[in-house]
Amino acid sequence: MSDNAYVEVKNMTFSRGERVIYEDISLSIPKGKVVAVMGPSGIGKTTLLRLIAGQLKPEKGQIIVDGENIPALSRNGLYEARKKMSMLFQSGALFSEMSVFDNVAFPIREHCKLPEDIVRSMVLMKLNSVGLRGAANLMPSELSGGMARRAALARSIALDPDLIMYDEPFAGQDPISMGVLIRLIRSLNDALGLTSIVVSHDVNEALSIADYVYIMANKKIVGHGTPAQLAKDDSPLVHQFMAGEADGPVPFHFPSQPIEEELAEVLK
Amino acid sequence: MILDGLAGIGRQGLNFFATMGRAGIMLFNALWALPNIKKSWPLLLRQLYVVGVQSFAIIVVSGLFIGMVLGLQGYTILVGYGAENSLGPMVALSLLRELGPVVTALLFAGRAGSALTAEIGLMKATEQLSSMELMAVDPLRRVIAPRFWAGFLSMPLLAFLFSAIGIWGGYLVGVEWLGVDQGNFWGVMQAAVDLNRDILNGFIKSLVFAVVVTWIAIFRGYDCVPTSEGISQATTQTVVHASLAVLGLDFVLTALMFGE
Repeated sequence: MSDNAYVEVKNMTFSRGERVIYEDISLSIPKGKVVAVMGPSGIGKTTLLRLIAGQLKPEKGQIIVDGENIPALSRNGLYEARKKMSMLFQSGALFSEMSVFDNVAFPIREHCKLPEDIVRSMVLMKLNSVGLRGAANLMPSELSGGMARRAALARSIALDPDLIMYDEPFAGQDPISMGVLIRLIRSLNDALGLTSIVVSHDVNEALSIADYVYIMANKKIVGHGTPAQLAKDDSPLVHQFMAGEADGPVPFHFPSQPIEEELAEVLK
Repeated sequence: MILDGLAGIGRQGLNFFATMGRAGIMLFNALWALPNIKKSWPLLLRQLYVVGVQSFAIIVVSGLFIGMVLGLQGYTILVGYGAENSLGPMVALSLLRELGPVVTALLFAGRAGSALTAEIGLMKATEQLSSMELMAVDPLRRVIAPRFWAGFLSMPLLAFLFSAIGIWGGYLVGVEWLGVDQGNFWGVMQAAVDLNRDILNGFIKSLVFAVVVTWIAIFRGYDCVPTSEGISQATTQTVVHASLAVLGLDFVLTALMFGE
């Protein structure tokens, strides 16, 4: 699989202060596919996207995107590499002082010297593909959560990137916007020939669009495979996550001393 | 106990220098590049409006009242020595040397500085700065640099405006109301105010204050903890640190300029 990998993480270790987030993990994202990275909240799935985008640097290991080792790039090299990737933030992160139209036009105006009527037609096409052409003149504060995420999606495909990273695209969406987003992620990936990484903890939604899935827990990758393979996986961690069980290898309790001891201390 | 105290002081010292280092790196990266005039000009113009023009009203009103108070207080003191003819230079020198640059900087920190910190902090908290970075647009050049230059350019102008309005306020009270001779008021002022010693030194002061206040404001926003509590803390820090820095630096600059 690593022959046609677009993103490849090799033996990467990363920690924040004392706390180790990833310990020697490796994964590979094949070109043209939708790959889901799933796992419980708070294990640093978003951190993985920031590492791939070069906003954070790992302690050890390589992160190779389209043949370039991201942590080793200079500041300018990194900015060049980022022109090929884009990221959809959980909040959408639209610029609040610009209209939806100007938000989508922003990366085009920043990076290409194009006459305004071409910019206009490009932006309208992108907005049309997410169904928001009619909302071009609204301000971000006037959009609903789902619309804001779609507008942000239009902005992140404005320059036709090769790689698009979705940070929890389904979190906090109503069923209709969720369905719209699922369809959009899949169809944009296939129509534009993108490579997509979807970070999510919504098991069913992520499985429904992913070609390949990585499951992370306890600083490691605990399972990977196609959705069909994972459904049959009998490792307890994968099973707990896929079935949504409260307790198991990922404990329900935050690490602590046994409750009997603590209560005994309180009563003493 | 003592060791803990020492360790605490050491930690604070290290924190202080680390913060200074980050602030320096931020400003260096923001300004160390050939600006793209076509793209930067509209951004700068907008910030000049937000930072400079919108501070106009508070500067004019405060300048007027401070000038009037100076006129009134100066008159009541000077008239006891029969020296009310020196009211003009007293008002003009206090404003040009001290009150113009200092009070403008303090008002600027409260009006524009806090707004800059809150705006940049909120952009950070809502991931707007991050998303800009990921679109391969450097937020230091796009967001930080125009705000810095806008503060740098507008504060000296606002300080001059403050002094001019203040002198007019002193004139209103001293001459129009209390009856100081008009010719004396302006004539003695003209003879006593020196271009280099008073006006130029005041201008240098307000340039220094402009750099310090704007730098603190944008850095506090850029470096804030991206939560609502972090932003409120950063905004307060901007006003407190900028005010203290202005007052402290004012003493140093005054000692250097007028010390001998």
